[in-house]
Amino acid sequence: MSTAPATPVAAKPSSVEVIKEASMIKQKDMIAGNYERLANARSLGLKVASTFVPGNLNELLMCFDLVNNLPEINAIQNGMRKKSGQLIVEAEKHGHSEDVCTYVKADLGMAMKGNIGPDGRPVPDPDILLLSYTGCFTFMKWFELLRERYKCETVMLHVPYEGEGRATANMRDYIVSQLKNEVIPALERVSGVKFDIDRLRQYLKESAKAEEDLVWVLESAKNRPSPIDAYFGGVYYIGPIFTAFRGTPEATEYYRLLRGEIVERIALRQGPTTPEGDMKSERYRLVVEGPPNWTSFRDFWKMFYDEGAVVVSSTYTKVGGVYDLGFRHDPDHPLESLADYCLGCYTNRNLPGRIDMIEKYINDYQADGLLINSIKSCNSFSAGQLLVLREVERRTGKPAAFIESDLVDPRYFSAANIKNRLESYFQMIEQKRGGRSAAAH
Amino acid sequence: MARVSEIVDYCTRIVEDLNFGHAREWKAGKSGRKVVGFMPFYVPRELIHAAGALPIGILGGGDQMEVIHGDAYYQSYICRIPRSTVELGVTKRLDFVDGMLFPSICDVIRNLSGMWKIMFPNVMSRYVDVPQNFRDDIGGKFYAAELNELRKDLGTLCGQAVSDDALRASIAAYNENRRLVREVYAFRAAEPWKAPSPEVYMLMRAGQLMAVEEHSRLLSDYMEAARREDRPRRDNTRVLVTGAFCEQPPLNLIKSIELAGCYIVDDDFMLVNRWEKSDIPAEGDPIRNLVQAYLHNSQSTSAKYEPDQARKGKYLVEAVRRSRAEGVIFMAPSFCDPALLDRPMLQRVLDEHNILYIAFKYAENSGQMTPIREQAGTFADSIKLWSEA
Repeated sequence: MSTAPATPVAAKPSSVEVIKEASMIKQKDMIAGNYERLANARSLGLKVASTFVPGNLNELLMCFDLVNNLPEINAIQNGMRKKSGQLIVEAEKHGHSEDVCTYVKADLGMAMKGNIGPDGRPVPDPDILLLSYTGCFTFMKWFELLRERYKCETVMLHVPYEGEGRATANMRDYIVSQLKNEVIPALERVSGVKFDIDRLRQYLKESAKAEEDLVWVLESAKNRPSPIDAYFGGVYYIGPIFTAFRGTPEATEYYRLLRGEIVERIALRQGPTTPEGDMKSERYRLVVEGPPNWTSFRDFWKMFYDEGAVVVSSTYTKVGGVYDLGFRHDPDHPLESLADYCLGCYTNRNLPGRIDMIEKYINDYQADGLLINSIKSCNSFSAGQLLVLREVERRTGKPAAFIESDLVDPRYFSAANIKNRLESYFQMIEQKRGGRSAAAH
Repeated sequence: MARVSEIVDYCTRIVEDLNFGHAREWKAGKSGRKVVGFMPFYVPRELIHAAGALPIGILGGGDQMEVIHGDAYYQSYICRIPRSTVELGVTKRLDFVDGMLFPSICDVIRNLSGMWKIMFPNVMSRYVDVPQNFRDDIGGKFYAAELNELRKDLGTLCGQAVSDDALRASIAAYNENRRLVREVYAFRAAEPWKAPSPEVYMLMRAGQLMAVEEHSRLLSDYMEAARREDRPRRDNTRVLVTGAFCEQPPLNLIKSIELAGCYIVDDDFMLVNRWEKSDIPAEGDPIRNLVQAYLHNSQSTSAKYEPDQARKGKYLVEAVRRSRAEGVIFMAPSFCDPALLDRPMLQRVLDEHNILYIAFKYAENSGQMTPIREQAGTFADSIKLWSEA
């Protein structure tokens, strides 16, 4: 489970010139730049680390001059480019079960077909696998599979699950101890670079600045109309901070630009940018739980903006870090701060905690209801979502709906079925509103 | 002196009672007694026992229970055990259970721990995390603190602190039980016609639902009775079954494999019964001893990280050698992440060692056994006919 974007979406009204906002151009350049570094890593003498989005220790990897390769992001990018289906089939032909995570199979399929990345250039074999085992069981097996293939050093960071709804000192100490005694020595060994904690502090300081602006952007959806879509647009907004850029001045600059653009949208009372231009009228405000489908991302999004539905908050944009509840990376407590970051990632929180968050979002963002996009591949998100639905409905009195799709397996996206369900859901919201106004009269 | 059939019938009655009558009777036997349920694959049962409670394994509803409510909580692409477990809870079949422990086996069981907190707020529900780092000073330190936390919670539940002496006595009781479990497994591996797997399965499964002392007596009785019985030896193929460590196969599936011409000589059905490979020291610091056993003397399984690539899957090869299995059946529940993600890696290790295998999936309520019997029968025949051995 993870997140982040392909290239940013341009406002693209059919008869109007395509205008890209500065933040979009910035992000596109950043992502292209990281793929460029990856493709040229060998010739540039750079070492490559593969890791995950939840529990992503980008600042630490940067301390060792390692290029960050995120297999989840490659799978997403391949999904958005309609390439993932054949990669999944390739992995299944080699004995990987149809029942398991399609990110894993898309990644393995890519490796089996020569490791040509989403941008058409080769992705080098990793020099180290940083198995940040955070909030997803599949991660452990995924990197065992990659270790078998690449035969490279693999270091595990076990992040305990917040089963009781809180991080404990024991959990934090365990993570810090692993960082000190296992992860950092392994990264030093592979990179040949000695660890410098002041360098880490500097990166964390930069992270906190970007986090501040990211939270501001996400919370801007409390406005009416919301100037952003916090799910379909949100996956772009979290791109830099969830991937290879957290802790870089580029990320700070990206969020500064983005915030400026949103300020302007609020002043002009504009709705979110969509692939077909600005959303004109906001009819429904939703909170969405679960990752999006990537293979039909645009079609999926269109089903919302065509109906005037805007997502004002989503849980998926918290999968690589929960910042809107107050956490910031702390340069004064660098390793402890990394531990707290990992512990707090959305899918590392227990189900009651996740429900509390959703309830809070519905109330804080004045949403009309909850929509769950349940993903076949992702038990970490999906197991228990039907109880989440019931519980949120019970607590908020707002209607909730349930649709099903998959991350990057196009076989599990049924457009007609999803559209039908969404239309029924929007009608249900209307009826609830009608009921309320009738009661008021 | 009990006969094998009497022991097995007794066990079967206990296992097939979906109201958990045997455990209920234990609880009713003395005022204030508590029962703590746990899910696969492992929890330190000694802690529950030392607190004075009865640990019982909750392994789903099997093929005899109609799941009505449970399906409303799970999508079609999620395995069966959580939905039948929810069914057990919602239908009040677990209303005598005071605590539930959910070990870190996969994301489905992990999330079920949170669901249980919401659905059954009066039950002490806890997620039990185990270390995936196996260094004494890192994973060991973490696990010791986690065990002490659990020990405190169980003490609160049972109304008395769990003393070191009580814990040492519980370790000794479980050592005795594990020794007998190992004995039964070794006996079956040596003379599988004398200990058919459906019988051994019931014997082990019933052990999840009774006091450890009673189970140890049953195991002893079974060994005595099974040794005495004269049973025909068939020309079956010796197979090891793996991947069934959580959601359990229906008994008919186990029977079908043996009817198809196989002797199951090793399996991972009830991993918790023999999680520790040898005795845990019953002297000294009991928490430290439990931690050491987990880190350095416990079984390998798909839910556990293997830090050393060179050791990956070797446990399976060693089990094949130890049990003199002629082939391996990968038998995983549908949608089981640990077993299905691990399977290609384990199969490659078997390939390297020229060990034959087949694979299929099941659900706890699978009803159609013909395809499985045909697959297992073909596998057994092919080994008999074509194997170099």
